[in-house]
Amino acid sequence: MNGIGHALDIWPAAASASAVEADHLILSFTVLTLFLTVPIFIAFTWFAIVYRKGVKADRRHSETRSSAIEMTWMIGPFILTLFFFAWGAQLFMHHKTLPAGGLQIDAIGRQWMWKFQHPGGQSEINDLHVPVGENVVMHMISQDVIHAFYLPALRIQMDVLPDRYTNLWFKADKVGSYHLFCSEYCGTDHSVMGGTITVMEPAAYQQWLAASGSDMSLASAGEALFGSYGCSGCHQGQSTVRAPSLAGLYGKPVPMEDGRTVVADDSYIRDKILNPNDNLIAGYKQVMPSFKGVIAEDDLLRLVAYIKSTGVKTTGSLQ
Amino acid sequence: MTYAAQRDAHVPHATIDAPKDYLHITHTVKSWLLSTDHKRIGILYLISITGFFFIGAVAAGLLRLSLVVPDGSIFTNDTYNKLFTIHGVVMVWFFLIPSIPATFGNFLLPIMIGAKDLAFPRLNTTSWYVFMTGALFAMLSVLFGGIDTGWTFYAPLSTAFSNTYVSLALVGVIIVGFSSILTGLNFIVTVHTMRAPGMTWFRMPIFVWTMYAVSMIFLLATPVITMALILLVMERTFKIGVFDPALGGDPVLFEHLFWFYSHPAVYIMVLPGMGVISEIVPAFARKRLFGYKFVAYASIGLATITFFVWGHHMFVNGQSDYASVTFSFLSFAVAVPSAVKVYNWTATIHKGTLVLDTPMLYAMGYIGLFVIGGLTGLFLATLAIDEHVHDTYFVVAHFHYIMVGGTVLAFLGGLHYWWPKFTGRMYNEAWGRVSAVLMFIGFNVTFFPQFILGYLGMPRRYHVYPAEFQLMNIMSSAGATILAFAYVFPFVYLLYSLWFGKKAPDNPWDAKGLEWMTTSPPPLHNFIKPPVVDFEAYDYEAKVPEA
Repeated sequence: MNGIGHALDIWPAAASASAVEADHLILSFTVLTLFLTVPIFIAFTWFAIVYRKGVKADRRHSETRSSAIEMTWMIGPFILTLFFFAWGAQLFMHHKTLPAGGLQIDAIGRQWMWKFQHPGGQSEINDLHVPVGENVVMHMISQDVIHAFYLPALRIQMDVLPDRYTNLWFKADKVGSYHLFCSEYCGTDHSVMGGTITVMEPAAYQQWLAASGSDMSLASAGEALFGSYGCSGCHQGQSTVRAPSLAGLYGKPVPMEDGRTVVADDSYIRDKILNPNDNLIAGYKQVMPSFKGVIAEDDLLRLVAYIKSTGVKTTGSLQ
Repeated sequence: MTYAAQRDAHVPHATIDAPKDYLHITHTVKSWLLSTDHKRIGILYLISITGFFFIGAVAAGLLRLSLVVPDGSIFTNDTYNKLFTIHGVVMVWFFLIPSIPATFGNFLLPIMIGAKDLAFPRLNTTSWYVFMTGALFAMLSVLFGGIDTGWTFYAPLSTAFSNTYVSLALVGVIIVGFSSILTGLNFIVTVHTMRAPGMTWFRMPIFVWTMYAVSMIFLLATPVITMALILLVMERTFKIGVFDPALGGDPVLFEHLFWFYSHPAVYIMVLPGMGVISEIVPAFARKRLFGYKFVAYASIGLATITFFVWGHHMFVNGQSDYASVTFSFLSFAVAVPSAVKVYNWTATIHKGTLVLDTPMLYAMGYIGLFVIGGLTGLFLATLAIDEHVHDTYFVVAHFHYIMVGGTVLAFLGGLHYWWPKFTGRMYNEAWGRVSAVLMFIGFNVTFFPQFILGYLGMPRRYHVYPAEFQLMNIMSSAGATILAFAYVFPFVYLLYSLWFGKKAPDNPWDAKGLEWMTTSPPPLHNFIKPPVVDFEAYDYEAKVPEA
């Protein structure tokens, strides 16, 4: 199915349950606003006609004390609209709560293209393939300016920032191709920074993954990088430098020298590689060099994927 | 006997040694450029911002021309980006923000409170020069080849990646900020210290209240954007790391600082429009403004709450989700009271005696468009809706309904309403009505399709767009053509009236308020005899005193 749309469409395709809910939200909110405004427009036009100068009309009125009326028409609509505030906030928080165990796809934005990396190591440019009916978590970072990852058919977008991971998740329930845009202005070719998201049957997605071929998964690629950048020299096995082992680090709390505890998530690991002098770890001398400008964002994502994967296999602790 | 009656009885039309009006007192260019008369400075502003409006409008016309085709074949991407940046920068900082305050505010605020000038006349002259200096820098950046950052100047695009004349334009905007601050200061001091005997706070016209509220925003918000933009220039020039993560900065910090000013700036544009409409509606309905005190308080209230909603521009930028929920709630709290002002205007015309002249037609157009703008603002403040339509044409449509449908219509309504007072001439009423109606139609044809485009998912600032969006874009561009006529007509017939218009009587609309109790145009110090105020604002239903 092609969800790209036609010239006479006035409503976009909706490819997820939460997109349908967003449509219900705006449509019912529109009904409320029409209820609050159409009578006013009619009244205004009506008054403008019947009270025209020269038209005979009963113009007698008392000097009304207006406070009661004022408060009614201010607080009344406010309370009515609050229902939509709450609905919108609830749906938003649902979007912001990442599902456990979703399929994580990394996205790297740069002037002016998207690069996507699937867990198996398959990567694609500007186009994105995802399985239908599965929770997909986009894990995103920019290599330069601020971009935004926008999927109109799923009614969601999220800014993609330099130097910071952001996430967005969805569960598409309609197979088809839909637009994928950059929605934060990012310079010259902003308007062509995008492509198509193709929602596929799981089997078709597996086929696509197989056909797109990849020598190794993100985690294995990360393991190779762990060696080639020299990380393993200190962080693994019988190293002479006293550095923490990273096996099983992911998701664990790490005690800092200043007494704080920081959870070792993606951002923490990325930040430690680039800025080892920040967030000094309790019990270790800081001897690690910074890899800022040395390791690109896609390799950083691979390294993080590797460190994450070590937690699954072993139960080693930081100490 | 009321003051009005005294004036009418004892100072009949320019018979007794009436001094020359402010336009005819001197004629040299120097006497205009060095004038400290608030009225002349208001006119200087009017001429300048009209010029900037047409520069911004030409850029908009070219944008709409380009968007007729989806493949971006008319301009290069860079040219398109520069056009929308020029359109935004010029329209926001050199037209909308100074529009009503610096022109009508300058001209009318002292007259409306019965003062002979602003509190600091020379500071007022200075503020125009500061404004023009800022404009000079911004215009130079355009002449040298333009800037491509968008009017929002987001870092690190503006600091590390754009290789256009960003710093020059930034310096222009920084300088213009000081003219806002000076004007705001001048208005606040004037309202506090220069009111005529009897002009109590609750006898002031709503227009003065809104000028006072806007001045608060000028004083409190402008310094923040000034500092933020100075930091941008420093980062661009000296590579200090404030916003660029490559230098250790945080780009989201810039968004916070930018919107901390730029959201209140929306109310710099909205409140004066409400002020103008609150003058026009009672005058053409022959009725006191409904809920006068409430509207006065609401102006100050809105100017205050508007400082607490900036985060609703940042729902999808990675700020804390709980911050987003809070900002969403506060935005509902500010949007609803703004929108219900419309109920006040509707209640005002109920049982009035309506005259549907040009200013009133603009006011009616304003009310319709402003409501749509306000309510679509509520949609945007709804978190889950914003997640979809954020940074799409829905937002473009929304803020044009507020800024053009609201501010520009109010500006044109006010311009027609006070034109006889400013110039001493009447314009052609038929042309006025035609233009007002044309404006309303052209505006809706231009911008309503953009709501649909936005919900369909067309992002803003897109030069090249998917083919299925073409139909709506063509409609929008067709509307812009109508809109262009609606802008050019008033420009022509208003200019024409300066030489060939009928001489205006002192009070052509039979309206209330001190500005209608002096000559058209007013004398140098505004009143032949200093007024004493013994009447309420919008005194349309008072018994006619026996003269």
